[in-house]
Amino acid sequence: MTQPHRLADGGRLDRSTPVRFTFDGTEYTGYPGDTLASALLANGVIEVAPSLYRRRPRGIATAGVDEPHALVQVAEPMLAATTVELHDGLSATSLPGLGRLDQASDEAVHDKMYGHADVVVIGGGPAGLAAALAAARSGARTVLVDDQPELGGALLSGHEEIGGRPALEWVEAVRAELSDTAEVRILTRSTAIGYHDQNYLLIAERRTGHLGPQPLPAAGRGRLWHVRARQVVLATGAHEHPMVFAGNDRPGVMSAAAVRSYLNRYAVLPGRRAVVLTTNDHAYGTALDLAAAGVEVAALVDTRPQPPVALAEAARRAGIEVLAGSAVVGTSGDTRIASARIAELAPDDTLRGPVRELGCDLLAVSGGWSPAVHLWSQSRGSLRFDEALAAFVPAQAAQQVRAVGAARGTYDLAGCLREGSAAGAEAATLAGFEAAAPPVPPSVGDPRPALPRPVWLVPAEEGEPATWRDHFVDSQRDATVADVHRAIRAGMRSIEHIKRYTTIGTAHDQGKAAGPTAIGVISRLLGASSPAEVGTTTFRGPYTPVSFALLAGRERGGLFDPVRTTSIHPWHAEHGAVFENVGQWKRPRYYPRPGEDMDAAVLRECRAARGAVAAMDVSTLGKIDVIGADAGAFLDRVYTNGFAGLAVGSARYGIMCRPDGMVFDDGVTVRLADDHYYLTTTTGNAAAVLDWLEEWLQTEWPELRVHCTSVTEQWATVAVVGPESRAVLADLAPDLDVSKEAFPFMTARQATLSNGIPARICRISFSGELAYEINVPSWYGLAVWEAVLAAGEGHGITPYGTETMHVLRAEKGYPIVGQDTDGTVTPQDLGMEWIVAKHKQFIGKRSFRRADTARADRRRLVGLLPLDRAELLPEGAQLIADETALTGPPVRMIGHVTSSYRSAALGRTFALALVERGRDRIGEKVYAPLPDGRLVAATVTEPVLLDPKGARRDG
Amino acid sequence: MTVDGLRRSPLGDLPETLGHGVRLREIPFLTQLNLRLAPGGGAAARVAEVLGAALPTEPNTVTDSGDLRLLWLGPDEWLIVGPDGAAPDTEGRIRTALPGEHACLVDVSANRTTLELSGPGARTVLEKGCALDLHPRAFTPGRCAQTLVSKVNVVLDQLDAEPRYRLLVRGSFARYLADWLLDAMSDTALIG
Repeated sequence: MTQPHRLADGGRLDRSTPVRFTFDGTEYTGYPGDTLASALLANGVIEVAPSLYRRRPRGIATAGVDEPHALVQVAEPMLAATTVELHDGLSATSLPGLGRLDQASDEAVHDKMYGHADVVVIGGGPAGLAAALAAARSGARTVLVDDQPELGGALLSGHEEIGGRPALEWVEAVRAELSDTAEVRILTRSTAIGYHDQNYLLIAERRTGHLGPQPLPAAGRGRLWHVRARQVVLATGAHEHPMVFAGNDRPGVMSAAAVRSYLNRYAVLPGRRAVVLTTNDHAYGTALDLAAAGVEVAALVDTRPQPPVALAEAARRAGIEVLAGSAVVGTSGDTRIASARIAELAPDDTLRGPVRELGCDLLAVSGGWSPAVHLWSQSRGSLRFDEALAAFVPAQAAQQVRAVGAARGTYDLAGCLREGSAAGAEAATLAGFEAAAPPVPPSVGDPRPALPRPVWLVPAEEGEPATWRDHFVDSQRDATVADVHRAIRAGMRSIEHIKRYTTIGTAHDQGKAAGPTAIGVISRLLGASSPAEVGTTTFRGPYTPVSFALLAGRERGGLFDPVRTTSIHPWHAEHGAVFENVGQWKRPRYYPRPGEDMDAAVLRECRAARGAVAAMDVSTLGKIDVIGADAGAFLDRVYTNGFAGLAVGSARYGIMCRPDGMVFDDGVTVRLADDHYYLTTTTGNAAAVLDWLEEWLQTEWPELRVHCTSVTEQWATVAVVGPESRAVLADLAPDLDVSKEAFPFMTARQATLSNGIPARICRISFSGELAYEINVPSWYGLAVWEAVLAAGEGHGITPYGTETMHVLRAEKGYPIVGQDTDGTVTPQDLGMEWIVAKHKQFIGKRSFRRADTARADRRRLVGLLPLDRAELLPEGAQLIADETALTGPPVRMIGHVTSSYRSAALGRTFALALVERGRDRIGEKVYAPLPDGRLVAATVTEPVLLDPKGARRDG
Repeated sequence: MTVDGLRRSPLGDLPETLGHGVRLREIPFLTQLNLRLAPGGGAAARVAEVLGAALPTEPNTVTDSGDLRLLWLGPDEWLIVGPDGAAPDTEGRIRTALPGEHACLVDVSANRTTLELSGPGARTVLEKGCALDLHPRAFTPGRCAQTLVSKVNVVLDQLDAEPRYRLLVRGSFARYLADWLLDAMSDTALIG
């Protein structure tokens, strides 16, 4: 397959190894160094998928990240063909602005890397290279970021000279020096996508995708760099924008700079007969290079009535007719452009004189240049509209950053080199290094341009803006001048409103090319004197689209989030536990035997705990050592009940409230010594409670002599529960007097177990049964668990999980913070007035006198017994007071079910609920309307349904 | 079997693993004592005397004395790390310096286990998940930090310039952290 539009020589291509690729099913060839777009153009393919809404034919329009049309699906969707590097076997499908996610799992490795730098330079063109060189020579840790496969920026597309030799030789010399300098990192194929606070940069590096679908097995496809920079130099260049005239979206209408890039960098002829349209000097280079490559340039249309003499003369010498003070007013063609219609522009941009039509298959357009201020703006730097440059340029920096070169509107090569060099040295100096700007080498080419004449809106040959539906402002969104006109007629004036109404700038390219054009059009239609009056929309990251796979990095599958396990976890896993996620913890929920479902397993586990003995791994409870002379006084202030008077060796249950009087956490605290309490928290609140205690100690009561130390994972804890637990403990700790008298309820003992392990044993109960919790250093956790099971074997000891724990405690009316409470529940609401001390101060106490907290009709915790003993109320079910309440809205709701289980001990279902005036309703019926249409009746009861006197627990 | 034989470390089955320029192993059962104490007072001086090294007062630095490393965790908080089995003796010595003081000493040896990551590629492995600047200009032997590696809190202690790091991690997170490190180590381009 030949490449009919490929120039015989030149370009940054490796012609020794042609590569094959397909586009929409047709096979073509290209060369390494091509983008998909340049290779297509080399094969004479300019047309891509039609537009999304109006199905207009569209063509490749640019050569970079600002491409609005040439979207393709490769492995991932919605890539711009102008940014896809060609590789052998590449298979691309054109997309009309909508991609599709590959349903197969993406196994390519993406990862993340944190970096730190003294100076980060973004952009590897002449300004950025000069900046990086200046910074690197000072010894500063320097990172140079560029999105292309090779450095050079715009120099790759021209034929400038630096230091008396081709500019690309200078580029190579700088690259080589940077590579050999310690502490310099060059990130090519890397796009700075985000500029956040404190000079925090996100950089998306494409590592192996350009090698094809099968990269080296362990080398990642993409990497997201998080780089913290002391100083930043933005050398991000500028974007050329299109012009708005009738038919400006036709295939063959292309950025003039892109045309020059295709000619010089890719050795491709994008057309055979060209018209060039410009508002500024830059497109003269395109016209001259086209002519030199043998393209017939039918005309160079310059909006300026008096183009610079030297440029006009050069064009004429090349045989190019210059039509000054004119513009293209329309295009024609079947699909691709076949001719351009040209007319003279009056000073007020209206048309005058006859229209002339010139045949062409390429219209190279330079509507003006706008600095790529996206990152600058993301960094919250301000912008100002430069009337001479007709562009928004960086104004006041908001961070340690400066913009250089074309990124601040400096378009001559010498200026870029000078600014870059100075900025690199300045950045390094501010970062603490001795730096001097290297001498700037002389350069040839890209002289300082004359001023442009922006023409934001070329009128149609007839009609009014309301009817200009072929004047595309954002071609990717198919948004036209007529759409902008409609937005304004609807009353919108702000660019932010017009953007959202018209969707201009919201497509895949985020308006990179069309943005400045749109602002210009809006300013014209609003009758503003300048785009300055309109302003810009907000620039947001990412600068270019990135894949979710890149953002996810390695945090997927098993590495998605930490899975916390206890020291006893291997036993649970080996014995078939079904696990429940509790925060990041994996906790055994139940241990099914063959053939058992959850209900059966839980009923069996409950029967064992109530009838014999059962054991549970409760290591996940939060544990805090509270130590110091004032520890008791401190706990008196954070718990609603008293701890200062607790005897050494004794334990007490406590509730802590927030200042609003609402329950925050609960747990048992043991006093191990005069100045040492061992406090436990709920599993989910372990970190929050420690933070809470520290906050009060550090900010409110620094005079208290108390230290808190988290020991959650120092200790593994096994609960041994049930009427036969004493016998098991006696066997396990033969030297400990476990009698009722010697080791009563709510006390703690230190003991050495029969296997030699030292243990702290607390006689406490979350089940209402006789129970003990055995605490050992967590490295003994597994050994103690196994010893407990061995000691209990003769008693039929049964391991149980969180589900059984929930049932056992609910039968006793013990609330679970976060399940039966929701941040709006006081201890009194839970029926626990007994735990609220009258004669001391504590956090939350004052709030109990608030009218709302003290009112009599608050929801209170009660038990519910469904009339149908087999009916399991769904947790969360809403409750109403009377059977007929559902006749019509509004339905008054008096509470909801917080916990609901099947009870082996009661031989029936039961629930806990928060019910308005619940204590006054005991004995009454309430009703739960269920989604299936049924109304389930239940009797309100005391929340304690089993052993209300605590005889089992105290036995 | 002695009682020590009943211990299980969170990563007891983790073999020493070699990557490209990097090595990972668990050092189980290190002695770890959490000390809270007013800095610069008489008790701090007495602790320094019995331990043979001053409690560091510069944030995120480490002093050492024989087998012990004294890690700054906060203005009035240190972690004293020593070899397996050193806890009773070390705790006993420190306690002789504390009577009457507003101080707090807690044995947290079983709270965390220790992963040692070393080799020329070790810094790059950490940089995949640790936002701190670990460059030798910013982080050197004798520096420590409480930070995140991946999504896991660790106490990071750099032992030498190879570099060799210790990551002290709570037992429940150790498996995830080890899995994360092994994954990061599988990258073939860690050095350079």
